Amino acid sequence: MTTPTTSTPPAPTYQLTHLQALEAEAIHIIREVAAEFERPVLLFSGGKDSAVMLHLAVKAFAPAKVPFPVMHVDTGHNFPEVIEFRDRRVADLGLRLVVASVQEAIDAGKVVEDTGPGASRNRLQTVPLLEAIEENGFDAVFGGARRDEEKARAKERVFSFRDEFGQWDPKNQRPELWNLYNGRHRKGEHIRVFPLSNWTELDIWQYIAAEGIELPSIYFAHSRRVFQRDGMWLAESPWVTLRDGEEVEERTVRFRTVGDATCTGAVESAATTVEEIIEEIAVTRVTERGATRADDRISEAGMEDRKREGYF
Amino acid sequence: MELLRFATAGSVDDGKSTLIGRLLYDSKSIFEDQLESIERTSLERGDAYVNLALLTDGLRAEREQGITIDVAYRYFATPKRKFIIADTPGHIQYTRNMVTGASTADLALILVDARKGVVEQSRRHAFLASLLGIPHLVLCINKMDLVDWSQERYEEIKAEFRSFAMKLDVHDLAFIPISALHGDNVVERSANMPWYEGSSLLHHLEEVHIASDRNLIDARFPVQYVIRPQDQGNHDLHDYRGYAGTVAGGVFKPGDEVVALPSGLTTTIEAIDSPNGPVAEAFAPMAVTLRLADDVDVSRGDMICRVRNRPHVGQDIDAMVCWMTTEGDLRPGQKLAIKHTTRWGRTLVKELQYRLDINTLHRDESADRLGLNEIGRVRLRTTVPLFFDPYRRNRATGSFVLVDEATNNTVGAGMILGPSGLD
Repeated sequence: MTTPTTSTPPAPTYQLTHLQALEAEAIHIIREVAAEFERPVLLFSGGKDSAVMLHLAVKAFAPAKVPFPVMHVDTGHNFPEVIEFRDRRVADLGLRLVVASVQEAIDAGKVVEDTGPGASRNRLQTVPLLEAIEENGFDAVFGGARRDEEKARAKERVFSFRDEFGQWDPKNQRPELWNLYNGRHRKGEHIRVFPLSNWTELDIWQYIAAEGIELPSIYFAHSRRVFQRDGMWLAESPWVTLRDGEEVEERTVRFRTVGDATCTGAVESAATTVEEIIEEIAVTRVTERGATRADDRISEAGMEDRKREGYF
Repeated sequence: MELLRFATAGSVDDGKSTLIGRLLYDSKSIFEDQLESIERTSLERGDAYVNLALLTDGLRAEREQGITIDVAYRYFATPKRKFIIADTPGHIQYTRNMVTGASTADLALILVDARKGVVEQSRRHAFLASLLGIPHLVLCINKMDLVDWSQERYEEIKAEFRSFAMKLDVHDLAFIPISALHGDNVVERSANMPWYEGSSLLHHLEEVHIASDRNLIDARFPVQYVIRPQDQGNHDLHDYRGYAGTVAGGVFKPGDEVVALPSGLTTTIEAIDSPNGPVAEAFAPMAVTLRLADDVDVSRGDMICRVRNRPHVGQDIDAMVCWMTTEGDLRPGQKLAIKHTTRWGRTLVKELQYRLDINTLHRDESADRLGLNEIGRVRLRTTVPLFFDPYRRNRATGSFVLVDEATNNTVGAGMILGPSGLD
């Protein structure tokens, strides 16, 4: 499969490639938010979608700097490679990083940590996220979510209106017509914005290849100590308790998503370049979320439930 | 590879969800775990077969009711094109959803049940596609297996639809006989219908020529955001002032003589910066930054265009409006906020000229209001001049939304006919 490029100038037939069209749409959305909101913030986890989103934000305002900070909702259960990548990107771009810490929320008694072998901190992100939004007065929060990721997201608008509890009511969204976005809101309310709404997993990887976007090393095949649980390979980490019968082995794996290390699964792979990853995706039979997010398996409408609670 | 956006409309029983499920399935855009999941759900629900429609029904309420209640966006790609499907409900009470999904569509896919033929709903969908300016229409005549693959039946439906479509502003109309359930003519040509000489649906979607649909004649650049590095303390770039935005029409080149509205000041384009560096040309829908030769005062909401090809400038506008809210009707005398390209203003609804019955196309001139999902022709007076084109000429500079100032909700979608009083 030839890798499509974004850097070739559009052909004289005045057509854009799909990546150029998606890029233009995302930049339009990002600029519109910067124009109509006072205090935007961009969620940056170091994952591939947020890396693409940050790359787009840089393009949207070049040659000026990105005019808003980035935020990481930190579960504390991170792959060190991802934190290192996050910090380096933030430093290179001269951005302010706000860290909303789940650990601090636990320590302050604001959330209670699940314990036991299946525990994950993903669910606990809502409270620190909402608190950080309120403390900083953010009125627009950019997220890298895509509509193809999960059924509940298929109906999500680009501008997703949330109330002051961060809650999402599927019956209460505003129609989005043409490329007209209505971001009007009351004080205390904020909008979640998803510039990557129309991008698929494959589009993301193709764009990463075309643009040479840097990613944390865990996305590429490497040797890691892992164990099998629920049909997934989980990384050995200080926060995971092994159950009876689970054994750690050394495998060559890569991660398809980045998240709480205790519940983000890896897949066996030899792909060390973006092109190789794209080849693998083209033949893969299991979705990104299905393969690797243990908590999504719990219930079909799980994501919908969580969005109603204010989680991204 | 290009991008094509298409809207699908059809009722619950027409097999639309099955058709979409099949497009996703046959183009291998659904994954094993999704298929396993719907197989499991089909079993639990007591369905006798794998219900591909379940692939597309997401929200809890929908899964229980078995119908779709919102606009859902689905994605698939072939080696030739990437597709975005705006999947909208077919019932008249969801007209606003269809209007929304159709607003950005290049193509409308309308489904009819071969047994029932062209029903009120099919006509309504075709009308909405035409009203929303969708350039290409495909009528899929589904369930051909239930009419014995009859060519006669297909021709009958085709003729009936054609005669209705003559009243609409439809430029490109295609007909395809299919069976979504069995896959005939969806991806592969059907062995059951050797009399059909056209392409399969997927082949048609891959080949339809969309490059000429945009307006490449009338140069329109709504200024969205002003980029000034010196505002951030960057003094190396203290002279840089760029006007960022998305080209709404025509083609811009460095050296072009342009005028900025509303000021009317003229200058030339010094350079055009794209996401990947300077370009020699910019056209819709590129997101670029214009640098101007002179230090003219331009801000967000202004429009840059060619000196000798300007949009209408005015505050009195006639438009077709679709009302989208349950919280009150549109009435003459009402004041609303209006957003047109990157420009906000306020508007007074001066007059409701008629309400359009979208089933019969009859105009009710006695109507004194528009309720949810109703469409009518209105006369507006805005507080600030807008720089617009008729919607027929340019969907980007001919469209607007109406916003309720108390709730901030988007309550109306508008398509400009022209300045008031022209016809």
